[in-house]
Amino acid sequence: MSSKKQQHEDVIKFDIVKNRRKFYTFSLTILIVGLICTLIMGLNLGVDFKAGTRLDIYIGKEFQVADIDQIIKETIPNTVFTPTTTYGENQAQTRFDHTIPADQLTALETALKAKYGDQVSKQEATVDPSIAKELVKKAAIAVAVAGIGIVIYIAFRFQFLFGIACIIGLIHDVFIPIALFSVFRLEVDLTFIAAILTIVGYSINDTIVIFDRIRENLRTMKSKTVEDLEHLVNVSLWQTMRRSVFTVGTVFLTAVAIAVLGSEGIRTFSLALIFGLVSGTYSSIFVSAQIWVTLKKREMAKKRLSPAPTEG
Amino acid sequence: MIKWGRVLLFLVVVAMLATLMTTTTTQVAGKITLGLDLQGGFEILYVVEPLEPNQKVDIELLKATARMVEKRINIGGVAEPVIETELPNRLRVKIASNEADQDKLRDLIGKPAVLTFRDEGGKTILKGSDLAPGGAAVGYDELRRPVVTLKISDPKKLENVTRENLGKHMAIYLDETMMTNPVIQNIITGGNAQISGDYTQESAQELADLLNSGAMPAKLIEKQVTSVGASLGKLALQKTINAGYVGAALIFIFMLLVYRLPGLIANIMLATFTYLSIVVLHWMDATLTLPGIAGFILSVGMAVDANIITYERIQEEIRTGKTILSAFRAGERRSLITILDGHITTLIATGVLFYFGTSSIQGFAIVLAMTIVVSLLTNVLGSRLLLGLLVRANLIKKPFWFGVKESEIGEL
Repeated sequence: MSSKKQQHEDVIKFDIVKNRRKFYTFSLTILIVGLICTLIMGLNLGVDFKAGTRLDIYIGKEFQVADIDQIIKETIPNTVFTPTTTYGENQAQTRFDHTIPADQLTALETALKAKYGDQVSKQEATVDPSIAKELVKKAAIAVAVAGIGIVIYIAFRFQFLFGIACIIGLIHDVFIPIALFSVFRLEVDLTFIAAILTIVGYSINDTIVIFDRIRENLRTMKSKTVEDLEHLVNVSLWQTMRRSVFTVGTVFLTAVAIAVLGSEGIRTFSLALIFGLVSGTYSSIFVSAQIWVTLKKREMAKKRLSPAPTEG
Repeated sequence: MIKWGRVLLFLVVVAMLATLMTTTTTQVAGKITLGLDLQGGFEILYVVEPLEPNQKVDIELLKATARMVEKRINIGGVAEPVIETELPNRLRVKIASNEADQDKLRDLIGKPAVLTFRDEGGKTILKGSDLAPGGAAVGYDELRRPVVTLKISDPKKLENVTRENLGKHMAIYLDETMMTNPVIQNIITGGNAQISGDYTQESAQELADLLNSGAMPAKLIEKQVTSVGASLGKLALQKTINAGYVGAALIFIFMLLVYRLPGLIANIMLATFTYLSIVVLHWMDATLTLPGIAGFILSVGMAVDANIITYERIQEEIRTGKTILSAFRAGERRSLITILDGHITTLIATGVLFYFGTSSIQGFAIVLAMTIVVSLLTNVLGSRLLLGLLVRANLIKKPFWFGVKESEIGEL
């Protein structure tokens, strides 16, 4: 026992459980600041959710954004659009607040071709307001249903308390990318929803690996007192730490590669993913597992206070 | 004693996988259907509205409209459009093609194409439904200019109409656009009329086809349009694939450095995983979209995780002083539950995504779900079998090959 205990002590390099209040405070601060930012500034909704037309133009050579703006003003009069921005290799992007009919966009393409040559090519996304509303509703339902489904699975495979701890971590991980997108004014579109759901999957995956280890250790290590319990969770966290760091590291590498080298169409996707990955790993270790400790502690205290069940 | 039979089997399996992948990957990958965001094309969501106030939009009308849209797209010469009806009143049209003239097709699809012949008072005297089946064709006038000839199914009717309006104008309208307004110079008895105008051979053919395909039974209103130019689609594909290569290379190096021999096996199985996923994509006849590729690249991350969980566990067991073989057995067994739990929760998420998502998100969900299943086969089952062959062959006895230092091993 003593050598085994010693070995467990060696694993722990820093007492995470004891410092859990600090992590709670840290997470709460971020969440509150994020919530305030989101409430004040709102989200920078893309055409998928707000209706309008988004236009991506491949110019294929150097150009001035002012020239593009001018051509847009001439071919599509009386419209409000965000000033053209350039990205990638000689590409331009703008967004109209209203849906622009096809013939006007064709006219615009023709005008651009006349100025820059035939390699000009356009990409259009137009969403009508009624459809946009429906998409928002569907997306919210999808996230909620996925969350509930996963928690039911965990409550069934583990214990109810694990399920609760998991859902709190989940809310944390869904909210952090939303808050960051609000703060950095990044555009929220349909792929963002896909990213959020991927994050849900990863975050839960992370949490499950840790909970699996806690459950396993519960069987082999004694955990009669609160101290035993805290020790057990600390050991479990450190036993899985290398795996947590390595896994998030490899996925992080691919997500960064997609963000830096990939096409513009999935840039927001990969950014949301990067935010969510970091937040997901952090929350699995420092939030979900800790919340389980807090909940379990409360349950143990309650059992001790309640009168012993009378027999017969 | 080293069991060379097992080593040989290992080498044969690896060589077979390598041969299979190097000879067929390009071929299979080339056959994958690319989504419109990767090769250019468009997707339009139409709301179907009745032409007349008392007309009801039901599934029959939706289907009839869909058939008509398909005919029209065929006029444009595009193969395999995807037309989905969505109750209560929607039609989703997807065309992934790098050759189609998108603007022209969009114009063609939305045209109601109600053909009417009107007298000088504006009264309709003949309708598109009076046209004989396939009655519109391209002909030439005396100056060899293309015209559209029409055959009216009831010659008597045309004769009566021309008799009544002799010497007067008879305008031919396509919807509310007047195509031509000729003066009736003689009574037409054979049932043949013609529309002349400023036509080219091509535009005359298109009008004839349009008239033959008939009137659209309902009004189509564009509600959501996603359209991608061919060159932009190609660019997106190339960039994303390059990003995938870089990401994969980084993972390969990482696995080799940290896990040594098991890392090498993980890499072999990761390559197999990628290959198999492409093959299955091809079998499923799935359309690969940009978010689909992203989901795919990420599933590589998930697949890596399965290996990392197992190898970490084996390393742990080695550190407690077990032999390689028993550490391998224990690590394998104990990591399986964890991996399964993780994969199942992700499958739940993809199921929900597919059920609630729209087109592109559904594509993402399908690709992710498929890769999770393939990952279980290759990175759980496959990795274990290969590593098991080497371990059971007694070939690797030093913890070094598993990335564990001798000094880390605790005494029991």
